[in-house]
Amino acid sequence: MAEENDDRQFPRREFLAKVLQLPCSAAVVAVLGPLAVSAEASEDGSEASELYYGMGIQVDRCIGCGKCVEACKAENDVPREPYYFRTWVERYVIHNDGEVSVDSPLGGIRGFPPLEGESEVLRSFFVPKLCNQCDNPPCVQVCPVGATFKTVDGVVLVDSDYCIGCRYCIQACPYGARYLDPRTHTADKCTFCYHRIEQGLLPACVEVCPTGARVFGELGALASPLRRLMRMSPLQVLKPYLNTEPKVFYSKLDGEVR
Amino acid sequence: MQHLERLESAAEQISGFIYPNEIELHWGLLVVLYPYITGLVAGAFILASLEKVFKVKEVEPTYRLALLTALAFLLVAPLPLLAHLGHPERSFEIFLTPHFKSAMAMFGFVYAWYLMLVLLLEIWFEYRADLVKWGREAGPFKKLLYWLITLGSRDVSPEAVKFDDKAVHTITLIGIPSAFLLHGYVGFIFGSVKANPWWSSVLMPIVFLFSAIVSGISLVLLIYYVTTLVRRKQPDMTCLDKLASFLLYALIVDLSLEVLDFIHRLYESEESIGILSEMIVSKLYISLTIVQILIGTIGPLLILAFSRFSRLPTELKRVAYFIAALLVQVGIFSTRWNVVIGGQLFSKSLRGLTVYKLELGGIEGLFTSIGLLILPFVILYVLVKLLPPWEEDRPEASQGAAASGMTAD
Amino acid sequence: MRIWRIPDQVIRLAVVLVAAVVVLVVVRGRFVPPSFGETGHYRADAVEVATAQPLRYAGWQVCIDCHDHEGELKGRSFHRAVSCEVCHGPAAAHAEDFEAQTPLIPRQRGAQCPACHEYLSSRPTGFPQIIERLHNPLQPCIECHDPHDPTPPQVPESCAACHAQIARTKAVSHHVALECEICHDAPVEHREQPRSFLPKKPTQREFCGGCHAEDADSQAEIPRIDLAAHGERYLCWQCHYPHHPES
Repeated sequence: MAEENDDRQFPRREFLAKVLQLPCSAAVVAVLGPLAVSAEASEDGSEASELYYGMGIQVDRCIGCGKCVEACKAENDVPREPYYFRTWVERYVIHNDGEVSVDSPLGGIRGFPPLEGESEVLRSFFVPKLCNQCDNPPCVQVCPVGATFKTVDGVVLVDSDYCIGCRYCIQACPYGARYLDPRTHTADKCTFCYHRIEQGLLPACVEVCPTGARVFGELGALASPLRRLMRMSPLQVLKPYLNTEPKVFYSKLDGEVR
Repeated sequence: MQHLERLESAAEQISGFIYPNEIELHWGLLVVLYPYITGLVAGAFILASLEKVFKVKEVEPTYRLALLTALAFLLVAPLPLLAHLGHPERSFEIFLTPHFKSAMAMFGFVYAWYLMLVLLLEIWFEYRADLVKWGREAGPFKKLLYWLITLGSRDVSPEAVKFDDKAVHTITLIGIPSAFLLHGYVGFIFGSVKANPWWSSVLMPIVFLFSAIVSGISLVLLIYYVTTLVRRKQPDMTCLDKLASFLLYALIVDLSLEVLDFIHRLYESEESIGILSEMIVSKLYISLTIVQILIGTIGPLLILAFSRFSRLPTELKRVAYFIAALLVQVGIFSTRWNVVIGGQLFSKSLRGLTVYKLELGGIEGLFTSIGLLILPFVILYVLVKLLPPWEEDRPEASQGAAASGMTAD
Repeated sequence: MRIWRIPDQVIRLAVVLVAAVVVLVVVRGRFVPPSFGETGHYRADAVEVATAQPLRYAGWQVCIDCHDHEGELKGRSFHRAVSCEVCHGPAAAHAEDFEAQTPLIPRQRGAQCPACHEYLSSRPTGFPQIIERLHNPLQPCIECHDPHDPTPPQVPESCAACHAQIARTKAVSHHVALECEICHDAPVEHREQPRSFLPKKPTQREFCGGCHAEDADSQAEIPRIDLAAHGERYLCWQCHYPHHPES
């Protein structure tokens, strides 16, 4: 696992893989080459900077307080209505008969109500969700105009001055991490608090997590809380079979989490 | 805030669990219209090319009509997309900085290629000689208009007309794969979304293509039938019979493909099968089982098969074809609905279902969509007035027109 | 016939096409944003826009620059990993100009503390939880607990303070009468440094056999088991859940 993670810090996408990803585009590039703005090679910032960010989430530490959801909305001016979230918390309840129920009232921003029928519960836990900052992001792939992109430090951002609001990226995200901002009519999502991490601060959700369930850092740093988590815990990502290569890693993740 | 109220009432009707950002359903009726309309375009064009490339002489009366129909609908095709954008005024960016990895960025190129280089060129070469001649007899306004359309070209010598015919043939040859590309591409937009198990299927472009052919043939059949009645002419029965046959064959292929897709999903029984089955028997029951399959596919299939190969009186046969074609339109529209809306009714957590709240007014509402469905017929009316597709309007003896000696240098 | 003569209509079309391409190229050169494509297929300026977003949360390092006493106190307490702005709310404006904004000071009962410490069975075991309704009603939390040093005034008598879900499960089980310490040998230090000094679980089958073996000296209605013949390779709790044993 650790080796695999090391690979992620510098995304050297093999040329072949790249070409295979875009069967038709090669022909189009050949025909319309002079029209293309950017050189192909710099598409995902291959000459990556030293910094390459990721997040670890310790599921067994999350207490479902919702402070992260609150902080995210405040820090990033996310619409208050419960249909727009850059991060949210889900509660999973696995019952004795194997039935699974999940809830996330108001995204967990005000915590969770007590569980009904506790005696029928086999196990239960909270799972914080956010944009997985995929290294192979399907949202970036489908954006028709280049309004969402991966920065050189691996963070996927949205250019709200350029987004046309077609919402293809929202459809392409397997994690439900994107929404259409009702004020700007452009797609939006978690930025890892790009303005904070660029100043050396932690993302707001990590800053306020009272139990240290969220761990943020550079994937390449040799000594960091994230490095320790990656060394000590078996890690899992969400929907690994989709090959999105998330950079949000979960420890003690239950198989029921989707 | 009407928008928020709608989200609130949608949130109340959720069953199971969906991600909070999924309460807002993003691709609505307008995005249903888009594949429906492009399907009509591709289908009508493929029908037109039957006559030119495959030499199916029976359908000749519909050739020019099919071309004009394709053009009228193609002009409208981007409008629902444009209306649905959060920032329509930025749509030109798709031409400025197209992202070559994005299926949607290819829209501009596929559309431009198809509109400019296939449809417009084919119509131009097909009509050029006629336009020149019509221009000579028309009043001053129409004369100018025809002159503009023909780009001032006046050469109707036999060589020039022969060249036109050759050009039309060549363009049609290129046009068939282009029409396949246009609608296969629309299918690819959905089929390539790996996050969505309802869409993600390699069969999607092919299913789209055949349903496009079905819808295009049936549309031209409808328009041909109605226009001949309006012009108080007798519909060419061999032509109608041929159209009905092609419609029947295309319908059989289309149904087979969809059944294959269905069986394949059931048999593979992947992670998503539970929620998709639940969706089919609840939210999509009417639009999929009843409308798309029973009314829209099986129904016309039986009507066509029966009326085509039985000895019904001609009048009754025509009515049967007409009803079948109408049902096919309803069926194909619900096919698009079930793909676009159905793909967003279940959560990507595969744990719950949501609802689609159709607006009436507003830019994304029902009335806009109805308007956008009427618009191509208005355009078609203008086109037909400008470029009459009827046999009887063709100038006589187009071969001998060189006598006028008007060859340009 | 000259074979290579280009037909008149093609020339006319070509002129229109060339004109269209020229217009497209000119328009394109004019309207593509200047920074587009500098670092990838996007506007490089968009990164600056993202970076320029204003802060709302200042971060705890800034807080303890001035509030060093609280920082020091908290740094030695159970709340050392809890940032100031968890309870005091976003305070970047206050950090910028301390008169411009007064951060939240949650003094009322229920204002902040229950968000984390109210009992929820989904919370990880070991996390200190209370049932607010029953826990010293009407008294503000800060009367007894200093949020900057929340070590309880008395070391918890009952394990339920942190292991509430287990306590509640056990309370409705056949083992309701058994004290935790009967089975768990918990070092005293566990109460203050819970993660460094862990309690023990029984390591011998005979421990449970003390009540459940066939020849055990215990009440008659307790279920009996032949230790020699029943699940011999496992410790009892490796199959049974002692906090809620099946009847």
